[in-house]
Amino acid sequence: MTTNIDEEVEAESAAPTKRQLRAGRMAEAAGAGAKVLLVKIALLGLLDAFAVYALFVLLTQQQWLYAVIVLVVAVIFNWIYFSRKKLPAKYLAPGILFLAIFQVFTLLYTGYIAMTNYGTGHVGSQEQAVSSLMSSALQRVEDSPTYPLTVVDRLGELSMLVTDPDGNAQLGTTGVPLQDVDATFQDGKAVATDGYTTLEFAEVIARTDEIVELVVPASDDPNDGALRTTDGSNAYLYTSSLEYDEAAGTMTDLNTRTVYSDIGTGAFTAEDGEELLPGWQITVGLDNFVRAFTEEAIRGPLLYVTLWTFVFATVSVASTFFLGLFLAIVFNDVRMRGRKWYRAAMILPYAFPAFLSTLIWAGLMNQSFGFINQVLLGGASIPWLTDPILAKVSVLVVNLWLGFPYMFLVCTGALQAIPEELTEAATVDGAKPWAIFRLIKLPLLLVTVAPLLIASFAFNFNNFIVIYALTNGGPRDPDAPIPVGYTDLLITLVYKVAFTGQNRDYGLAAAFSILIFIVVAVIAIITFRKTKALEDLN
Amino acid sequence: MKVNKKGVLGLSALLAGSALVLSGCAGGNAGDSGESEDSGEAASTLTVWVDAERVDALQGAADAYSEESGVKVELVGKDNATIKDDFIQQVPTGRGPDITMGAHDWLGELSTNGVVAPLELGDTAAGYLDVAINASTYEGTVYMLPYAVENIAVLRNADIIPEAATSFDDMIAKGQAAGLAQPFVVEQGVEGNPYHLYPFQTAFGAPVFGSGAEGYNADDLQLGNTGGEQFATWLGSQGKNGTAVFNTDIDGAIAKENFLSGTSAFWLTGPWNVGSAIDAGLNVAIDPVPSPTDQVAQPFAGVKGFFLSSESKNQVAATDFLVNYLGSEEVQLELFEAGNVLPALTAAAESASSDPIVAGFAAVGADAVPMPAIPAMGSVWQYWGITEAEVINGAEPTATWQKLAADVQAAIK
Repeated sequence: MTTNIDEEVEAESAAPTKRQLRAGRMAEAAGAGAKVLLVKIALLGLLDAFAVYALFVLLTQQQWLYAVIVLVVAVIFNWIYFSRKKLPAKYLAPGILFLAIFQVFTLLYTGYIAMTNYGTGHVGSQEQAVSSLMSSALQRVEDSPTYPLTVVDRLGELSMLVTDPDGNAQLGTTGVPLQDVDATFQDGKAVATDGYTTLEFAEVIARTDEIVELVVPASDDPNDGALRTTDGSNAYLYTSSLEYDEAAGTMTDLNTRTVYSDIGTGAFTAEDGEELLPGWQITVGLDNFVRAFTEEAIRGPLLYVTLWTFVFATVSVASTFFLGLFLAIVFNDVRMRGRKWYRAAMILPYAFPAFLSTLIWAGLMNQSFGFINQVLLGGASIPWLTDPILAKVSVLVVNLWLGFPYMFLVCTGALQAIPEELTEAATVDGAKPWAIFRLIKLPLLLVTVAPLLIASFAFNFNNFIVIYALTNGGPRDPDAPIPVGYTDLLITLVYKVAFTGQNRDYGLAAAFSILIFIVVAVIAIITFRKTKALEDLN
Repeated sequence: MKVNKKGVLGLSALLAGSALVLSGCAGGNAGDSGESEDSGEAASTLTVWVDAERVDALQGAADAYSEESGVKVELVGKDNATIKDDFIQQVPTGRGPDITMGAHDWLGELSTNGVVAPLELGDTAAGYLDVAINASTYEGTVYMLPYAVENIAVLRNADIIPEAATSFDDMIAKGQAAGLAQPFVVEQGVEGNPYHLYPFQTAFGAPVFGSGAEGYNADDLQLGNTGGEQFATWLGSQGKNGTAVFNTDIDGAIAKENFLSGTSAFWLTGPWNVGSAIDAGLNVAIDPVPSPTDQVAQPFAGVKGFFLSSESKNQVAATDFLVNYLGSEEVQLELFEAGNVLPALTAAAESASSDPIVAGFAAVGADAVPMPAIPAMGSVWQYWGITEAEVINGAEPTATWQKLAADVQAAIK
């Protein structure tokens, strides 16, 4: 209908029929005339102003790719909204943009990380790894003195003017060893020499890059080491224990003569397999996925964690749904007094932040000091959260407490939408209450609720908060080679792999995330297909 | 002209969205600006990440340095829990800070990831406490400018127990004589807390790693030696099936509650908890950790300090700020007054020790050993706590402890 209006108004200037006039008035009313046009122009103007600003910033940062993207998106949006047609695009464009930013990009980026070895020891580029290795390999020559330093300049080339321990001034620059010179002294430190300009502190800082590159050999013998400075006011003698051969791509340990070469694993590796870390980030293809399924240390825990995740999600959805439904039916009975108050009380667990209430539950369930053992059970010592099986039960109970109000709300709404006449008609026909519920109400209810159950399954499949705050995946499985516990879900396992301990493995964690995504997506698709059958009931 | 309302709605949504995206870009740019400026003649800006709670403490020093040298120092308050990960992730992108505040036990991880640059302390190195310099050194190279040393000690409620305990058994006996059921508390948890139990372990002569000139040696795992087994046996006897001095249900909050309410008179904890004890009106004294053997109980020392980013474009200014400025006695004392932890510089530590609480921790710290920063320590943490928790909860001590040593050895490879 809306599309028609647009087209009809186009034809307005021709011979307006009665119908076209009416359509024109409708369009006018819908558009509210010039004011809206002004708002539209203002908004588009703002958008373009932002785009131009962003372009300016991105271009000065030399972020070509992002600049092109911003430009293309801005042009497309102007084209769409200034066009008289393109109505479908006007509706879809913002949604698609958000989809691209918040969903597609995240997914693709996770996929990309899953194909790399990003993790501890492999965070930067090869160039960064080399420079980091070289700077850590510098060792100060033992018992060598501190050389007070003045950085001096001649024709744009920096030199070091140092005072040796005997109080003599010496001058040298990169590749030119130190030589005695005459200099002006101040408090025993050489501060200037003829033909050179002394750099002030501000100039030293401005030319940091050159000063860091300044390496002055102590003598013609390279084994004597070379002077370097890191703060511009003192120089020290260093020798390096590593040598980098750029052409061959190898690192050589000068003390042991071990050669470390780049064998395509993202780190310099010796023949006996010893790696020099830091390494660098490389793409490893599907290695992370292969590891998830083949490496014994990961596969074992992954298997039972997956199993428990399914059990947790299924039982959570079923228990919260049935408790919620039961309470909804009970409180839907008009004969009950004060229903409003009960309903309000029922919703309370849903109103508190889940993280907070879960932490409180963790305190209540503490074995020696918890309220449940100490007060309710009169000093019993039940390991609610520390026994492998009981911990699973506790997690499910807490999640039931957290989750049933949502189902209660949904079911109450759905029940009230079922016409009262159906029940009356069924009663007149002689149906028993249970039969009415099972054969009439429940199927009608499921039509509305089934998609929510699927969403709830997906939510519980990735229910990080409850596990993290209640047990943190514990009790730990002492036999597992990775820190995994009996109540860990896939998502908390991913978290542990990626963000705890000293050996992070973002690549593997990203691969797990992709696997979780696939599992949840497949289940959602299958069940949505099935629920279509329910819709035929209407 | 016809404009339909939904189009306008969509447009405004789009605007909101682009504003979001743009602000994202702007955030990135702000991080960059410090670097893009350094090519100019004007003074550059040092970006320093600081634990959000210490920004105020450092602000004075930062401003004073800016005035003195013309280098702008921009302090960015960060959540202490995420600072290390953010640093590791952002330094390689070139958007990280020039300097970050941190703890020495991050060193192995930071160095393995290649995100920190060596720091030459030069002659000033001799002015720091030994433990601070040892902790800042990794594989023979100094990477951190230390500013504070932290270790645990026993807090004693001097109103209940007027005298320090001479040994572990003496402590329990004194407490029981004063009518306390649980005289001593130490924070544990479901997964144990080896950091707080380490003094007792060292008292049995079982350090985690052997150490040499270059620091801890990952190839020399000492955890499972005979001393370790004796410690495990002792720990089991003080656990659930024994005296119940140690209890994995006592976490930090419960331990604190017990001490503050007077249910317990001894609390093995760090300087960070002294404030709340004094605020609660308790008469607190700081004692060495009472040893269960005749050897000294040595806790871990944690050293706080500043790291220099390996990708910093302002290396000269940053090094000057750290070594020549933050390493000075006045600034170290200033930081001490704001944070109340022992300064790492010997001269500053001596003047700070006029406070009996600080002096108490410093006396214990004299025996403390730096917490190992080598990456192999990660494998130790992974198994250490749960093993101790198992022993406390009644597992067979010797076999469980040997399994710990074997697991750790296998994980280190």
